[in-house]
Amino acid sequence: MEAEVLSGGFADPAIQSAHAFRSVMEAMARPGTLQHISGAEPPAPLSKAAGAVLLTLCDTETGVYLAGEADCDAVRAWLAFHTGAPLTGPSHCMFAVGTWDALNPLSAYPIGTSEYPDRSATLIVECAELAQSGATLTGPGIKTNVALSVPGIDAFQKNRTLFPLGLDFIFTCEGHLAALPRTTQVSAPIGATEVC
Amino acid sequence: MTDYNFAYLDEQTKRMIRRAILKGLAIPGYQVPFASREMPMPYGWGTGGVQVSAAVLTPQDKLKVIDQGADDTTNAVSIRTFFERTAGVETTTTTREATVIQTRHRIPEEPLTEDQILVYQVPIPEPLRFLEPRESETRKMHSLEEYGLMHVKLYEDISRHGHIATSYAYPVKVEGRYVMDPSPIPKFDNPKLGDMAAIQLFGAGREQRIYALPPYTQVVSLDFEDHPFEASKADQICGLCGATDSYLDEVIVDDAGGRLFCCSDTDYCASRRAAGHQGTVLPTSEALA
Repeated sequence: MEAEVLSGGFADPAIQSAHAFRSVMEAMARPGTLQHISGAEPPAPLSKAAGAVLLTLCDTETGVYLAGEADCDAVRAWLAFHTGAPLTGPSHCMFAVGTWDALNPLSAYPIGTSEYPDRSATLIVECAELAQSGATLTGPGIKTNVALSVPGIDAFQKNRTLFPLGLDFIFTCEGHLAALPRTTQVSAPIGATEVC
Repeated sequence: MTDYNFAYLDEQTKRMIRRAILKGLAIPGYQVPFASREMPMPYGWGTGGVQVSAAVLTPQDKLKVIDQGADDTTNAVSIRTFFERTAGVETTTTTREATVIQTRHRIPEEPLTEDQILVYQVPIPEPLRFLEPRESETRKMHSLEEYGLMHVKLYEDISRHGHIATSYAYPVKVEGRYVMDPSPIPKFDNPKLGDMAAIQLFGAGREQRIYALPPYTQVVSLDFEDHPFEASKADQICGLCGATDSYLDEVIVDDAGGRLFCCSDTDYCASRRAAGHQGTVLPTSEALA
């Protein structure tokens, strides 16, 4: 087994995962805000943020779907060693990780049932850049409105109409993350004339 | 402290609770089932709140625990000591200094900030439970948004008492979708639930449910156009600090029917007295001299 597989996990799991979770929770509670997250050194192409989210939330009880380039031997072995999470297809996963293009189409993922809307997938979207600019977000957790560089607008608007069902998103980029739960309304940037 | 994992719970349990908290935040007001653990305290002593607190605490946090507003009652003291010993976190009784506040049945008088998390201990998370005992039915009612029964209950209050007599655990509607039990806080506290800057997490240990309110979420207390919701409190002022705007406890002080009304939020009352405010019950400094 290669050293890369064995390393890169939390050195102090209880403390590091506590800090990592607070970042994820702050992000999910305050959509559009950028949070710092650290502690994981996952193999390429996973970002440090995506690695830390997986270490914090995944274990043998959570099916993980690796989309596109994330589905490589290095990532499979790393995830298996550090979390024990079973790999699944998109239709049965609790978490999915990959780039926006690789994760699409969103119709492949479980959105929960009307009696158990929590049984829905959380998508960890790897982004080339993450900034507080672009589309305008409003909804619970946001005082007035906030801007976030989301990889699309239509898909999130469609996801919002499913409420209380729907998918939740965590955007990761290097050591940062932001989140977009199903309650958030995404609209074109203020001042923009055209929907991108 | 080294005998336990950080914050008592094992890591797999914390991951399970953390996943439930995230889904709770994503679906405000919806009760997420979770595999509640046995805790080293009886059900009804805040096992739900303790598990949620254990899942969110970091070593840098400053924890405050209140029981009906008070920092010095048995439940508050024992939970505070529990986390001092198992998580090694600093504790405080000052609302402003705390980063995580675990509460039983009150929201502090002082407005909370964006840097704070409020964790509620919840006995019965299902607002419809006393109207419909079957979980399978209440779950269906939530999924169909069928809340007529709750309005009938409030209406029966009016027909019997002339006003809505429900005074605590007053049902609210979150973001126009889920009817939620705010835990047995007095309805005086209901207006603070909505648009709060802090994250609010609710844990029910025996009933195995977690739910949440993200900051700045719309929370509306159920009412009727001709019987609007009213946040009520005892029509008195605090006998210790003279506050007119805080929620009051009624305390029997002697065998002759003597009564004292005082702030239920002990930190609020103490800080007001420290700032020089004085009620009518405490002897003035001139009288003591």
